[in-house]
Amino acid sequence: MRVFHLQVNGDTVEVAAPEHWTLLEVLRYKLGLTGSKQGCDKGDCGACTVLLDGTPTLACLCLAASAEGKAITTIEGLLPAHRAQGGKGADPLQDAFDRSGALQCGFCQPGMILSAKALLNQNPNPSLQEIRQALAGNLCRCTGYTQIFEAIQAAAKEMQN
Amino acid sequence: MLRLPKFSVLHPSSVAEAMQQMEDSQGQGRFLAGGTDLHPNMKHRLLEPKQLIALAGIEELHGISFADDGSCRIGAMTSLHEVATHPRLQSSYPALCQAAGLVSGPQLRHMGTLGGNVMLDTRCQWYNQSYFWRQALGFCMKKDGSKCHVVEGGSKCVAAASNDTAPALMTLQAELEWAQANGQSRMPIANLWQADGIWNKKVAPKELLVAIHLPAPSAHHFGAYGKLRDRGSIDFPLFGLAVTLDCNTDKTILSAGLCAVALQARPWPLKKAEALLVGTRLGDESFLAAVEQVAALASKQCRPMPNIPGDHEYRQAMVPVYTRHTLFAAAENRGPVHLL
Repeated sequence: MRVFHLQVNGDTVEVAAPEHWTLLEVLRYKLGLTGSKQGCDKGDCGACTVLLDGTPTLACLCLAASAEGKAITTIEGLLPAHRAQGGKGADPLQDAFDRSGALQCGFCQPGMILSAKALLNQNPNPSLQEIRQALAGNLCRCTGYTQIFEAIQAAAKEMQN
Repeated sequence: MLRLPKFSVLHPSSVAEAMQQMEDSQGQGRFLAGGTDLHPNMKHRLLEPKQLIALAGIEELHGISFADDGSCRIGAMTSLHEVATHPRLQSSYPALCQAAGLVSGPQLRHMGTLGGNVMLDTRCQWYNQSYFWRQALGFCMKKDGSKCHVVEGGSKCVAAASNDTAPALMTLQAELEWAQANGQSRMPIANLWQADGIWNKKVAPKELLVAIHLPAPSAHHFGAYGKLRDRGSIDFPLFGLAVTLDCNTDKTILSAGLCAVALQARPWPLKKAEALLVGTRLGDESFLAAVEQVAALASKQCRPMPNIPGDHEYRQAMVPVYTRHTLFAAAENRGPVHLL
């Protein structure tokens, strides 16, 4: 066991966990942040996507030790961050996914939203092709992607307004 | 759920410190670059090092720099995303940037590194599986067993080199800079490979790839990368081909480079095919005729095996198709070739 010093969703946390644990395991099984999903667990599906210093990263292939010193954003962090910036309601991306029906089982949704968040932070007005490329590492087995892309376009529009 | 085996992690801040830590690990250590190949393999119990030496904090392993003569140094820990999106690299070495941009998906390109892609373990559908899966089948010679499930009675492992950037670096005549226990060395990437899928490199895992050096491109350099895979993202190549063409001012080809991947244990240069292109002029009939000859020759020289997923007869049929498309893409300054 060792103590990891992590910055998760704006909070600094000290958490004891085995040294060989991934960031995903620490988030889910030590910090109770189960929004990041454990899907394939080997880098194929994107369900565990979190942001490290704003960069989309697969938490299942990132050691907790490698995440120290970086700002970690999970799906649980979007609403508080949105509210802290004076926003009302849900984060625009979460709201757009809801309004667009961009989910069925919902398992891929946190990873999809965080990949989309990284995209919109870099490129507030992406084309459909740019959205498709940014989400190319996130698999959905239910919806067929169309509504997911529509949700991201809607969120981009909302955020520009 | 796939759990990593137990290990401890060290975080050196210099190459010298990392090499000393590797020495101290007494054969139990492994360098950790992006972890996008190492961690899945460890989760499958293909590798179980007791000590990981994380390279992320070593400054000299990062970054892209150009010398006055136009040659380039890429630190081994430079991410594939940085390589794929670097404007000067894109114009100087299009085949490399296109190959890097087609590795896996966006998240893994941010995490994965160019050095890690060069050092990627070979892949086989009988090897890259969980311990349970491999145990049920009876293991193979690459790990825990003695026979080959691809070639019945085969005495040599034929797990496939599956690193997209390797053929591009081969055609660009890259040199690799290594840190070793007794100092540093440089070697042409063409000398790195050996035809053994168990370990397809002539350097040991305890040696550290520090940087990739690329010679200055010629004034009229063209390049492209073509990648066959089932989906438009994430998958390893079912067949990959890098093409570089160096021309004079009227676009007559002075030298050509072709190298394939995802066939056997090492990247596969197509030397005879290269010779067919020299002297032809981009866009005219001599080039079109040469492209057809090269496609036919590539089809003979590239023999996909049932070592990686994907029907090998389909992969065979796609060899001339991707060869043609990638040559035309290079000649017309477009690419990558990625038909999905």
